Amino acid sequence: MIETYLRQSALDHLGLAGHSTAAPTEAGVQLSEKPLPVAVNLRGDSGDAAFVEAVREALGLALPTLPNTATTGEGLALLWLGPDEWLAMQHDAAAFAEAQLATKLRKALDGLHAAVTEMGESLCCLSLAGAQARAVLAKGCPLDLHPRAFGGSGHCAQSLLAKAAVTLLQVSDAPAFELYVRRSFADYLWRWLEDAAREYGVAVVRP
Amino acid sequence: MLLIACPHCGPRAESEFHCGGEAHIERPKDPASLSDAEWAEFVFLRDNIKGLVFERWNHAHGCRRWFNAARDSVTYEILAIYPMGSPPPALDPRRYV
Ligand SMILES: [Zn+2]
Repeated sequence: MIETYLRQSALDHLGLAGHSTAAPTEAGVQLSEKPLPVAVNLRGDSGDAAFVEAVREALGLALPTLPNTATTGEGLALLWLGPDEWLAMQHDAAAFAEAQLATKLRKALDGLHAAVTEMGESLCCLSLAGAQARAVLAKGCPLDLHPRAFGGSGHCAQSLLAKAAVTLLQVSDAPAFELYVRRSFADYLWRWLEDAAREYGVAVVRP
Repeated sequence: MLLIACPHCGPRAESEFHCGGEAHIERPKDPASLSDAEWAEFVFLRDNIKGLVFERWNHAHGCRRWFNAARDSVTYEILAIYPMGSPPPALDPRRYV
């Protein structure tokens, strides 16, 4: 856990708060940053009923075992990353939110074959919404984003966007997406998204 | 662009994957007993077949898991996907020369 006063979003230097508007807007695409997400990586055996139950008890969420899906609850999402790997994401700026989340999981999983890893400040969360959000993503992402294939809210995938590795989570059928990207790619990806969205009209909104 | 069916994530674009080269190359049980030529054979030499090949692939930008694929190196058709550690499936060898 980094000292609270040193925590800084990867996009802090862009001063987004200074030129963002309150949603909703007429723009085809609304961009925002959800600063400082809490991320904890979870490994374990979804075939082990005790593991599945312990996760449910700790997070109050069912473990998503279906590929490319996430379960979401109050400010918390649990994303399927692989057959034995998940990502718990929380939007909570409180100082020790990450340690608390990890501790809760570790306590519940004590004695089980599982691993809980805090991801620190490694990820940046960008939010992309609006009627043309899919069109923007499609410019740089090889996933089939048609609702028929990318099945709406609660669908997630790890892929590439403009050659940067991203984890994509659909949070609303509207549609709206959350993009998790490594912080060293955040500035590049933000600028890429602004440029790709320009033709549809883009508004920077408050998260 | 190949569309590769990751056994975990489903069909994904080739750009998400990394090819790990020829599959089923067994590490010598007793490396110290090998001659230089035998060691070079294990480390460097590959069959480079025109036809059916067995390869290791990694879903590098997805679930990051390894798997094996049987592929036709002429048509690029992927003929089978099977887990690491499994023997290669019995398939038509498709030799073109
Ligand atoms: Zn995969």
